[in-house]
Amino acid sequence: MSILVFIEHAEGALKKSSLEAVSYAAAMGGDVTAIAIGTISEDALKAAGKAGASKVLHVADEKLDKGIIQAYANVISQAMEKEGADILVLAKSSLGDPVAARISAKIGAGFVSNIADLPDTSAGFKVKRSIYTGKAFANVNITTDKKILGIKKNAVELKEDGADASVEKFEPTISDADFAVKITSQDKATGEVLLPEAEIVVSGGRGMKGPENWGMIEELAKTLGAATGCSKPVSDIGWRPHHEHVGQTGVKVSPQLYVAIGISGAIQHLAGVNSSKNILVINKDAEAPFFSAADYGIVGDAFEVVPKLTAAIKAAQK
Amino acid sequence: MKILVCITHVPDTTAKIAFTDNNKKFDSNGVQFIIGPYDDYALARAVELKEASGGTVTVLNIGTAETEPTIRKALAIGADDAIRINAEPTDSLFVARQIAEHAKNANYDLIMMGRESIDFNGGMVHGMVGEMLGIPAISPVMKLDIEGSTAKLAREIEGGKEYLELSLPFIAGCQEPIAEWKIPNMRGIMSARSKKLEVIEPVSAEVSAELEQFELPPAKGEVKMIDADNVEELVRLLKNEAKVI
Ligand SMILES: Cc1cc2nc3c(=O)[nH]c(=O)nc-3n(C[C@H](O)[C@H](O)[C@H](O)COP(=O)(O)OP(=O)(O)OC[C@H]3O[C@@H](n4cnc5c(N)ncnc54)[C@H](O)[C@@H]3O)c2cc1C
Ligand SMILES: Nc1ncnc2c1ncn2[C@@H]1O[C@H](COP(=O)(O)O)[C@@H](O)[C@H]1O
Repeated sequence: MSILVFIEHAEGALKKSSLEAVSYAAAMGGDVTAIAIGTISEDALKAAGKAGASKVLHVADEKLDKGIIQAYANVISQAMEKEGADILVLAKSSLGDPVAARISAKIGAGFVSNIADLPDTSAGFKVKRSIYTGKAFANVNITTDKKILGIKKNAVELKEDGADASVEKFEPTISDADFAVKITSQDKATGEVLLPEAEIVVSGGRGMKGPENWGMIEELAKTLGAATGCSKPVSDIGWRPHHEHVGQTGVKVSPQLYVAIGISGAIQHLAGVNSSKNILVINKDAEAPFFSAADYGIVGDAFEVVPKLTAAIKAAQK
Repeated sequence: MKILVCITHVPDTTAKIAFTDNNKKFDSNGVQFIIGPYDDYALARAVELKEASGGTVTVLNIGTAETEPTIRKALAIGADDAIRINAEPTDSLFVARQIAEHAKNANYDLIMMGRESIDFNGGMVHGMVGEMLGIPAISPVMKLDIEGSTAKLAREIEGGKEYLELSLPFIAGCQEPIAEWKIPNMRGIMSARSKKLEVIEPVSAEVSAELEQFELPPAKGEVKMIDADNVEELVRLLKNEAKVI
């Protein structure tokens, strides 16, 4: 079985979610090749070997530094062909999802996204995907010869015990038609822990009263090496940027720890966090629905509890 | 401008998810169905574009007769006519093929969809249709403005936004804040009754994944409550029990 994994990079390093995808492919058993597109150093690419890839194809064309969906779909399908890969694995992302969808239609491969576990290949090719925004799972059998697996964060554990991968240049044919869409600019936070990648997420809701009070959320997040998130009304009012909005209509996260501060726990918010490993809720209302979805809870005023908690964590880290 | 909006018919976001028939069927007992929230954003923006510069908005759903009240609601919100392709929408490639077959001869300037359906959360039908029609598909789109035959879009990416420019026709998978959800008014509801809802039969198409069984996540354990005056205890639990810090 030959498996190709599409790996993404940001700020000069491979994304953790992509390394997880490599570990996922390695855990399936088989020959794992990764493909990276755009400018990145050879050293950074070798890291894919630790996660389980034997080889990395590198398309080092700076025209592809921005994620042009059609061009990427074209490049990756050519790599699958070249490697004789029947299976493409990739992590869920704003680039991976639309790219995989196009490849699926291009090569007639069944594409299943939001996969939460390794496939069962004892009879057919069965995967477990998360559906109804994390409220249930569907076990589906992919019936096409070629398959695309879009994996959810934490579908497998990231292993980093392999050897360096060899890096090979790959020069696919790209056409002007692939560049019909122009990316005119990007407006992107740098140096921050990205929400979908984070192992810990600290989120604030309307209970925080106003954007001027986010300092304590950020301080707690920084102490924990966490990303910051928020509820929908908080981003709707403009207290926080839209890409931090967690929930049914926002980002879905599955970190090791989700900390909800001053968020009531409406079902649409829970939909975005229900696959977190642990949930900690801080709310002054003991009846807040979030407590019934939590592992740990504190009833109290966030303005008192959060600074105390940050201080206690700092003390424990010493 | 001729716009197509593809809508899903999905359980209300507060619906309790349960299954029947040996976990092979969704239990729709007592469940209210709605236009997919993301599709609702697409529809709202489509109606705004039509109101600003003329044209028509057609809604399309692949579904069984049960979805017609949802389609009528889209007509009440401001779509001009509707098409239902009479099939159970069980597989993304199948659904995409139906949309592509309908659209290929219909000359739409713009096809709008939701970022994802909230039942299967695939986020893939727009990309598949884009490939089948050989046109760009952009998702998730937060802002969409059209001037002549050029469109300016903002797309959400991890940690920010990306601004794009492209020519019509293309497909947009929409999300907030592209427009505000529209609530149908009385006049809309009345006029929706007489708007055209055409039912057509599906083309035969490849099916790529078959459902074996649904499954519910394991029940959540009891929450451990910690006194607000004892955050040290919480830190100890996070460290030694949950092992997350
Ligand atoms: C179709 C649809 C989709 C939606 N999608 C989403 C989504 O993706 N994400 C999302 O978040 N919401 C979503 N919503 C909205 C959702 O229903 C709720 O309205 C929203 O989550 C509430 O946000 P909140 O908890 O911040 O605010 P509130 O409900 O106002 O809760 C504030 C909480 O803060 C607590 N509080 C107040 N003061 C303090 C204090 N000093 N210390 C501690 N606690 C305090 C209160 O007790 C309360 O529990 C959606 C709704 C619909 C209809
Ligand atoms: N059965 C369907 N009928 C019409 N449009 C659909 C259907 N299923 C999906 N779509 C469209 O495709 C988008 C993405 O769906 P999905 O790939 O299932 O997440 C939805 O938001 C809809 O706009």
